[in-house]
Amino acid sequence: MKAEKYFIQGNEACARGALKAGCRFFAGYPITPSTEIAEDMAVFLPREGGSFIQMEDEISALGAVIGAVWTGLKAMTATSGPGFSLMQEHIGYAAMTETPLVIVNMQRGSPSTGQPTMASQSDMMQSRWGSHGDYEIIALSPSSVQECFDFTAEAFNLAEKYRVPVMVMGDEIVGHMREKIIIPDKVEILPRQMPKEGPETFLPYQAPPEGTSAMPAFGDGYKMHITGLTHDERGYPDASNPQTHSELVNRLCDKILKKTAEIARIQEESTADADVIALSYGAPSRSALKAVRNARNQDIKAGFIKLDTVWPFPEELVRETTKNAGKVVVVEMNLGQIFYEVQRVLPEVKVELLPKIGGEMQSPQEILEKIKSI
Amino acid sequence: MDKTRENRFMKYLRKDRLPNIFCAGCGNGIIMNTFFNGMEMAEIDFENIVLVSGIGCSSRIPGYVKCDSLHTTHGRPISFATGIKLANPELDVVVFTGDGDAAAIGGNHLIHGARRNIDLTVICINNSIYGMTGGQISPTSPKGSYGSTAPYGALENPFNLSELVKAAGATYVARWTTAHPVQLSNTIKKALLNKGFSFVEAVSQCPTYFGRKNRMKSPIEMMHRMKEESVLKRKADQLTESELEGKLVVGEFQNKTAPEFSDKICRLLEDKCVTGKPSSLKSAYQED
Repeated sequence: MKAEKYFIQGNEACARGALKAGCRFFAGYPITPSTEIAEDMAVFLPREGGSFIQMEDEISALGAVIGAVWTGLKAMTATSGPGFSLMQEHIGYAAMTETPLVIVNMQRGSPSTGQPTMASQSDMMQSRWGSHGDYEIIALSPSSVQECFDFTAEAFNLAEKYRVPVMVMGDEIVGHMREKIIIPDKVEILPRQMPKEGPETFLPYQAPPEGTSAMPAFGDGYKMHITGLTHDERGYPDASNPQTHSELVNRLCDKILKKTAEIARIQEESTADADVIALSYGAPSRSALKAVRNARNQDIKAGFIKLDTVWPFPEELVRETTKNAGKVVVVEMNLGQIFYEVQRVLPEVKVELLPKIGGEMQSPQEILEKIKSI
Repeated sequence: MDKTRENRFMKYLRKDRLPNIFCAGCGNGIIMNTFFNGMEMAEIDFENIVLVSGIGCSSRIPGYVKCDSLHTTHGRPISFATGIKLANPELDVVVFTGDGDAAAIGGNHLIHGARRNIDLTVICINNSIYGMTGGQISPTSPKGSYGSTAPYGALENPFNLSELVKAAGATYVARWTTAHPVQLSNTIKKALLNKGFSFVEAVSQCPTYFGRKNRMKSPIEMMHRMKEESVLKRKADQLTESELEGKLVVGEFQNKTAPEFSDKICRLLEDKCVTGKPSSLKSAYQED
């Protein structure tokens, strides 16, 4: 079969990307502006032999997802700010137990109930450390309907490879916008790994210092004990042992942070000779690209960086692509979140923020003016 | 130790995790015994069991049992168990929880699990107090009872958990106490065999906190009291509210059949499936 063209919403594209990537379980709770993902999964999952369930809240939605993952399925949920806040408890549990899963967050104006039907990128810091404790996750930021499909599918493979929650951090604009996309007949699928050892010798949390282990399912005879308490290689609680805790939590962080080079990805245009670079991610990166091209037409040496991966932060790639630039404008739909990360990694560069809240993204004109004025 | 006198259920335990953390006189041991007894009477394959629990003393039980076990977050084990059951409906999924876990922070998950009538067996060890955190009152603490957060006596009304879960739609509900191990074993057997949401309220003693704060000197005294206060459900139904004051109603609160949730989903998948594979069992390990 060949690839097919569709004209659909970003939310629908997320659902289709998940299904192509092998997702066979969805548990969710209705919330604007991500509900269409749940609605599509409710339609399509049974046709693929998978289960959909509407839970009583977002906490239990992620709980059910974690249960399904440990029982041998690839699983996801989708939500927006208020639901994302409720999920933080189980995001931490998934990070601690190394449960691979995917969460789509179509961000809306916040805090609190905020602007249900308007876009924002104000959950970016929450996506990294919204749950208590030291841990790391992976977050991708789609800027188009095609990327909603591609990134959601990719998120499942990243989740399996690193045994970590992966977040697709969209926003109301990409979630509700309709565009032409191409859905391939097949996408690359990374299957979960069964252990090579039998149940007698397998230790569920025996892993190299910067890695993770194979993951059998409940019912396979491995008789695992999985807990959110600090646990040793056997998975047994060892919560009062400083060394066990330190080794475990360092590994949970290092397996992501020290693999940044192989995980993180950016897109760039005209950065090689640029004096000033517009750095953005998600929906406003489209305005930023337009602004940079307009600037080039006016003989301004502008460059463009779009973060496909926001967490782990693509430090080296950002340093490399800005090494000839003296100035960077960070364009994001919040009052400054990733901005501080850019400042941290570019201490020698003049980094300025072009924030915008209220629900609409920065226009190319606004960004061009900032490029000229910095 | 005389090996011949070893408890016959030791084979089900993770011996490398013993001794357990439970206080002397805790009811958890009796309930573990009745669970294994009920499981054997029901002829449930131990290899097919997954135990799920929340947070609290009772939720530590699965960690000592040599089977797949998921020790989850406070109050939410039923949500995780729901995902497990739907991902593999063949598994026998049992939730161990307590009164704080199931009735306070997890109350919503409890009633919605019952409403769905999903095939889970929930064993709620109700000792009327938060033991793990040091003796705070819970939603089942009797009015006037003492806890570290009710130094002048509990002011709130307690939940009648079995009635609550029955009203929410569970198809098997029963309450017994640690002073009724035979009845409790039989009830667990029935709960495991019921195809639907089963709720076993195992009223238990916490001598360390509830007993100490409420002037019950020993676990034996607490168990005697439970036995003395017990009234069979059949008999209680004939008594007035004032006659039931200070009594503990035990027995079956619900035992009926109704369509079960994972069954309904399986039938939906068979009906709607276009791929010829109406099950996604263990699909995470497949290449495509």
